[in-house]
Amino acid sequence: MTVNWYLLVSAMIFTLGAAGVMIRRNPLVILLCLELMLNAGNLALIGFSRMWGDGAGEIFAIVVMVIAACEVAIGLGIIVALYRRRLPVDVDELRELHG
Amino acid sequence: MTFLFFFVFAGFALAGAVGVVVLRNPFYCVLSLVVHLISLALLFLLLEAQFVAVAQIVVYAGAVMVLYVFVVAYVGGGDKPDQLWGAGPRQKALAIGFASLIFIELAIAILGTALSALGTEGAKLSANYGTPAEIGELLLTDYLLAFELASMLLLIAAIGAVALAGRRGGIAEDEGNLSPRHGVVHTPSPAATGSMAEGVSGYGVTTPLPDPQFEGRELQQPAREAAEDDR
Repeated sequence: MTVNWYLLVSAMIFTLGAAGVMIRRNPLVILLCLELMLNAGNLALIGFSRMWGDGAGEIFAIVVMVIAACEVAIGLGIIVALYRRRLPVDVDELRELHG
Repeated sequence: MTFLFFFVFAGFALAGAVGVVVLRNPFYCVLSLVVHLISLALLFLLLEAQFVAVAQIVVYAGAVMVLYVFVVAYVGGGDKPDQLWGAGPRQKALAIGFASLIFIELAIAILGTALSALGTEGAKLSANYGTPAEIGELLLTDYLLAFELASMLLLIAAIGAVALAGRRGGIAEDEGNLSPRHGVVHTPSPAATGSMAEGVSGYGVTTPLPDPQFEGRELQQPAREAAEDDR
């Protein structure tokens, strides 16, 4: 399989993730869609790494995974804090960022 | 053969991604993302990136998704049916329009590129491409700074998550007010019944354990959960 195909799949996954972020209103699902977008980026990075036969792209993918893990920890922390304060878990109703 | 594997794995990855976007129950969304992540790891294997594939399964499909499952179980609640598609057809149409624009742009970038190497299977690989040995060497030589910064970032994120989700200053006012029906009365077990506390401390073998922490937060946690389930 040529690298083109992997990049095309990556573009499709990225598009689906972006559509999900814009459509859904549950912050949990929005975080999941962000994961989709990050993973699409990972697939493209690994594809380019394979194309050059160079390990740098894999290092980038691993760093992206670390960043995704941090984003999940903080995002889920915010959602749990919202739930604790009896705020609606719905991005349309959370327009203000005051504590 | 690679051809067949590629289309099967890519199909599963795309199906998982579609599932994340359209499924109603967040729990099913998480499971769908697990399918997506595992097929993506298999695609990484097709690209000879063995270490990243294993890390993807262990870190992503394992640890991160378990975290998601816990939070979904704690917060729960699917999108309400009338809210599933956001604030009406206009927003949905706009979102799909923007997404298609992104896809068209990416497709133009991929297919119209002058990067002729994209049309090949990739360069000839060295013997240790994608192995832990190669990744480890790169991380500790060329990318040492990125490695250290990533570890600092993980530490900061862990502290931030605890600060955000942790309970400061004990139990809030309203959380302590439980209906008597759900209040847990701490009934100390009779002495010398072989509880673990007796075994550990040797204390309370003859007298019931006066355990101050049980009067406070520990036991109110399940009671609070029960009260919330009841609401």
